[in-house]
Amino acid sequence: MLLQIAEPGQSAAPHQHKLAAGIDLGTTNSLVATVRSGEAKTLINSQGRDMLPSVVRYTADSVVVGDAAMASAVNDAENTIVSVKRLMGKGYNETLALKDKVPYQLIDQQGLVAINTVQGVKNPVEVSAEILATLANTASETLGGELNGVVITVPAYFDDAQRQATKDAAKLAGLNVMRLLNEPTAAALAYGLDSGQEGVIAVYDLGGGTFDISILRLRRGVFEVLATGGDSALGGDDFDHAIVSYLQQHTGEAELSHQAMRQYLTTARSIKEQLTDSDTVNFSLPVAGSQFSGALSKTEFEQLVAPLVKKTIRACRQVLRDAGLTSDEIVKVVMVGGSTRVPLVRTEVATFFATEPLTSIDPDKVVAIGAAIQANVLVGNKADGDTLLLDVIPLSLGLETMGGLTEKIIPRNTVIPVARAQEFTTFKDGQTAMALHVVQGERELVEDCRSLARFELRGIPPMPAGGAHIRVTFQVDADGLLSVTAQEKSTGVQANIQVKPSYGLSDDQVATMLKGSMQYARQDMQLRLLREQQVEAERVLEAVSQALKTDAALLSAQELTTIKQALTNLAEVKQGDDTAAIKAAIEHTNTLTDDFAARRMDQSIRSALTGHNVDEV
Amino acid sequence: MNYFQLFNLPAKFDLDLTELGSRYLKLQKQFHPDQHSSGSERDKLLAVQQTANINDAYHSLKQPLMRAEHLLALRGLKISHEQRSFTDPLFLMQQMELREQLAEIDQSADPDAVIDTIERQLQQQKKQLLQQLATALDSETAEQDQQAADLIRKLKFFFKLQQELELIEQQLQD
Repeated sequence: MLLQIAEPGQSAAPHQHKLAAGIDLGTTNSLVATVRSGEAKTLINSQGRDMLPSVVRYTADSVVVGDAAMASAVNDAENTIVSVKRLMGKGYNETLALKDKVPYQLIDQQGLVAINTVQGVKNPVEVSAEILATLANTASETLGGELNGVVITVPAYFDDAQRQATKDAAKLAGLNVMRLLNEPTAAALAYGLDSGQEGVIAVYDLGGGTFDISILRLRRGVFEVLATGGDSALGGDDFDHAIVSYLQQHTGEAELSHQAMRQYLTTARSIKEQLTDSDTVNFSLPVAGSQFSGALSKTEFEQLVAPLVKKTIRACRQVLRDAGLTSDEIVKVVMVGGSTRVPLVRTEVATFFATEPLTSIDPDKVVAIGAAIQANVLVGNKADGDTLLLDVIPLSLGLETMGGLTEKIIPRNTVIPVARAQEFTTFKDGQTAMALHVVQGERELVEDCRSLARFELRGIPPMPAGGAHIRVTFQVDADGLLSVTAQEKSTGVQANIQVKPSYGLSDDQVATMLKGSMQYARQDMQLRLLREQQVEAERVLEAVSQALKTDAALLSAQELTTIKQALTNLAEVKQGDDTAAIKAAIEHTNTLTDDFAARRMDQSIRSALTGHNVDEV
Repeated sequence: MNYFQLFNLPAKFDLDLTELGSRYLKLQKQFHPDQHSSGSERDKLLAVQQTANINDAYHSLKQPLMRAEHLLALRGLKISHEQRSFTDPLFLMQQMELREQLAEIDQSADPDAVIDTIERQLQQQKKQLLQQLATALDSETAEQDQQAADLIRKLKFFFKLQQELELIEQQLQD
């Protein structure tokens, strides 16, 4: 039951060490890290590297991930998926701009973007699941066992659809996601715990395909995100594309085949990386049977990418405004992401914040390290009530109103978890259904915002127009994911909600993909569901027993007997292999203990705020 | 829900914000979903709902206008969202003048200086109204509560003007 916070020195049970990992699912590279002997470290895969290129290659009968896939990026460009993160949670129409930039074939799969490969149509969730499974494998092999849970990082600026897609990918890879953690927050955690930093810091995170800027206040273990901003489609990839355009101008090749495009991109990236330490880089590209040789200077490169860097600085200015701060109030700037190695980025950021950016933790690894630290806490290895991460939603959530306008229900930079309600009424006599359109974004017009989902409320009791009062509640959880519930107020009737995600997979689609996945034979699937219910049953038993131990006084003798009976029953059913029966016994126990949980919560709030010295916090 | 009760603080407009902040963090440390990640599904859901309540309560008490509105709601006085016409001609006149000044910023030779002047004016007016609001709420009479509701409506105008001013400032910077 809730509030099972052990006082120092009276831990509930001597817990065995659980296996947990933090995963940085990046646009260009992905990493997995874990805490061992009190230290968070990235894990080395069978190729002897900790960075796994986020590249998946499909052949007729196999899937290759990482370096081996990268090696075929030029030869088999059409079946080698690079930078899939840019496609996560996107509709096909939103990716049209990328169409000419990627060497694989994007197609429209019921409005969603997918990729046509030699192995059939693959959607971004499936491709990402392959990367996640590979990383989890590395972790399991290194740690010698199945992972109990993972924390996966996402750009802070990811919207609901992009977050949901990431969670679906983890589900497909068979991972238990304890939390989706924002990348800048993970980086702050890695730095903050490392240096005991206090005060307001900025995290500038420029990765392969995404840009985040977050402002956090750090004090005594509390990481409070004050504001976040960015661009979920701006990163090192765009630097590469800027160089490709330059190369095309000089080689005179206006149209590039898929293969040539990949070669140009590879050359561009290599030039970019070399320009970190040298002033000029020579390159050579094949043109109509011969070789074209040229050179790109650092100054030319900086001219090419200056508009992109400027865009990030503009976002920095906006986020400071949102936080109600000025740049001189920022004590430290943390640099995250491989693209912050570009010298121009460093100097521009240093100038804007008037402070030398922090780079002591490898900018490619810092996010995975932070995720590992949080995974270790969440899995229960560290009875650490001292760290608290308070994050925010990056973009406002709202509803479409008359005339295609948006009405904001939860403004951006609101601390999560959050729940806000809005009331609606019927406009026709006897109306029993109502359609709602949920959008995310800052613009006035619905068409300029991201469409998240359409809801249909059904089962509204028939009443005269304006008679029904339907309270629609938006709830955003700690992962930044939205859920919606609705209730008719005068009758208490719970309206059913049918969700049609605008740019995401429905629960049914995910279930179908799970069943069809190579990783789960049908039998495995059944076993997995049984195991899940058994674990949940254990949790319920453990939680309620613990609650009875401390707070049985809150119950009448009658209530106590009924609850104890339910527990005995649950413990018995749990031993068997009837998944549905276990589920039913869990639900029965939950229903019986709902009141008890509420009473304990009230008591706990009172005791938390009385008899304690305020300085303790 | 009584937000003051949640934080075990006296239901007064004059609130110790430092104390509020530390009580907020204390509750967060206890109820945040991260503290319940190994709990049962129901308990995880409860943790999300409870933290959402705590966040909402903190958010409402932190800001003077929302705090005042909540205080009045607890006393049974709900401030309707629909625009009520003001009978205070002086106030309306002043609003119109301020609006005109805002509209003329971009034509001025030194917009920054104009923005600064308006900003100072707004701050001063807000400060005055907030002081009056505090006095009205402290007296706890039905008549003074009505007065407080009027002051809240007026303050909303000033907060709105301030937002617009910030928007204009942004546009000038970009």
